[in-house]
Amino acid sequence: MSEMIKVATRDSYGNALKELGAAHEDVVVLDADLGNATKTLTFHKAFPDRYFDCGIAEANMMCVAAGLSTMGLVPFASTFAMFAAGRAFEQVRNSIGYPHLNVKIGATHGGISVGEDGASHQCCEDFALMRSIPGMTVICPSDDVEVKAVVKAAYEMEGPVYMRFSRLATPVYHPADFHFEIGKGEVLSEGKDIAIIANGILVPEAVEAAKALKAEGISARVINMATIKPLDEELVLKTAADCGRIVTVEEHSVIGGLGEAVCSLLSETLPTPLKRIGVNDVFGHSGPAVPLLKQFGLSAENIAAQCRNMLQ
Amino acid sequence: MTDEERRRLKLHAVGVREGILIGTHGAKCGHPGGSLSAADMFTYLYFREMRINPQDPKDPDRDRFVLSKGHTAPGLYAALAERGFFPKEDLATLRHIDSYLQGHPNMQTVPGVDMSTGSLGQGISAAAGMAKGAKYLKKDVNVYTVLGDGELAEGQVWEASMFAAHYHLDNFCVIVDLNGLQISGPTELVMNTKPVDEKFRSFGFDVVEIDGHDFDKMESAFHWFHENHGSGKPTVILMHTVKGKDVSYMENEVDWHGKAPNDEEFERGMADLAAIRAGLEGEDE
Repeated sequence: MSEMIKVATRDSYGNALKELGAAHEDVVVLDADLGNATKTLTFHKAFPDRYFDCGIAEANMMCVAAGLSTMGLVPFASTFAMFAAGRAFEQVRNSIGYPHLNVKIGATHGGISVGEDGASHQCCEDFALMRSIPGMTVICPSDDVEVKAVVKAAYEMEGPVYMRFSRLATPVYHPADFHFEIGKGEVLSEGKDIAIIANGILVPEAVEAAKALKAEGISARVINMATIKPLDEELVLKTAADCGRIVTVEEHSVIGGLGEAVCSLLSETLPTPLKRIGVNDVFGHSGPAVPLLKQFGLSAENIAAQCRNMLQ
Repeated sequence: MTDEERRRLKLHAVGVREGILIGTHGAKCGHPGGSLSAADMFTYLYFREMRINPQDPKDPDRDRFVLSKGHTAPGLYAALAERGFFPKEDLATLRHIDSYLQGHPNMQTVPGVDMSTGSLGQGISAAAGMAKGAKYLKKDVNVYTVLGDGELAEGQVWEASMFAAHYHLDNFCVIVDLNGLQISGPTELVMNTKPVDEKFRSFGFDVVEIDGHDFDKMESAFHWFHENHGSGKPTVILMHTVKGKDVSYMENEVDWHGKAPNDEEFERGMADLAAIRAGLEGEDE
């Protein structure tokens, strides 16, 4: 994939907000003093009167967003995943989730690939936290094109949405005319021996893994499961029936994320051998993003290796 | 305010207090003490201050109210019922299974409730967001929120206060019910929040301090708030109140923070209120 253009999905988020803001006057953006990093400053430059910096006060920001939404505005509240889902969890749960308000949470800097900042900022628990809130839609798009479609879809639906974006620049693999639908997985390549269900910036790694396996005569289906909740149950069940073995891949703890969502569905409906690839109940640490991802097994090489293990 | 207007407000306040007893007695739990201390401010807000319409509770141009001290829902519900948002008979279903009157305010089920609250410190932030939204939309909407004095220990209250001053929300009126007691005891002993006036002043608020059971003082305080429009400063009205006000055995008793009256206590409380009502009705003759 080295020939592909690389863009960090946080940059895509900033650009998507600007496009959305141009089309819809009811879009307002909130940040907690991190606009330079979350890239919401891209929106700020275009629409300064619709950008409300809340300062370093994420709890207040989430509830302010709730209040703004009751006035008919569509707030996008942004900060790092650690603070959006972690620090402000109870505000999101009680002031956004419980009243089911039309607030969109744009959380950047998800996962280990935050890199040098280390464990305090490497949020690997956000899917678990946000999934557990009734009525919350949870999406982790995988590239620049998908982010734009996700932000638009989040605006168009009524209700709370949590979106997770990344700091690391990763390949833009979707065609410009890509169509996204909340709650629908995307089959990137067909296969019959095993299926890899991934999301976020690890989707291109899953595609690479499938290519390597193909060279060895293993046919792996690759699915981009951007929406973690509501899960595309139909596609998961069909895939389990077709392929018989599944590997899930996410830049998140193996506890509570995409892998467990797939496991929960299958164990109650169609028990299927499954391996979860994710962060194995440990904290991250400082280092450059790409070597870190490899060190934590979040790489094409490890995905392919785990698939081989499953097929032995 | 004329003598008759004041007398009518007092009669409504008795109705609100009766509703609080009916609700908490029916629920066999809930928070009467802080509901009773705030009953007069609820009455003033819903009968004299806010531009609201019980027939159109979702009117986009209405003033907004957020009960940041959400556990005093029995007081808010009683005021809403007294004002005609829903039937008073429903108050007895408070906290019952399948009742729309949830233990803490639920904006999705209760007509007239503008924000779901209950987790302390969050309501003031949501209210500040509403005030900011009104400003952005250039709507002439005032936003009111009531906090408890114990609630001031929540750090988020001060995040919201900074936000309100920073964004010049002069359409935002914070009311603090200073009844001096919280669930574990006197606020000064549990976690001293004094000096409340200096704290808000230093956070950029205009501060008014009044007796929270005096409707004439409330009129002056809210007049001050309206005069503040254009100043760019949010207003806080500190209302000194008596926890359990007007139910003799509940007054200033911390035990009645979160306990319901039993049948005998309920009858005694209703008798206290009936005596006040009779006195007010006597004034008419």
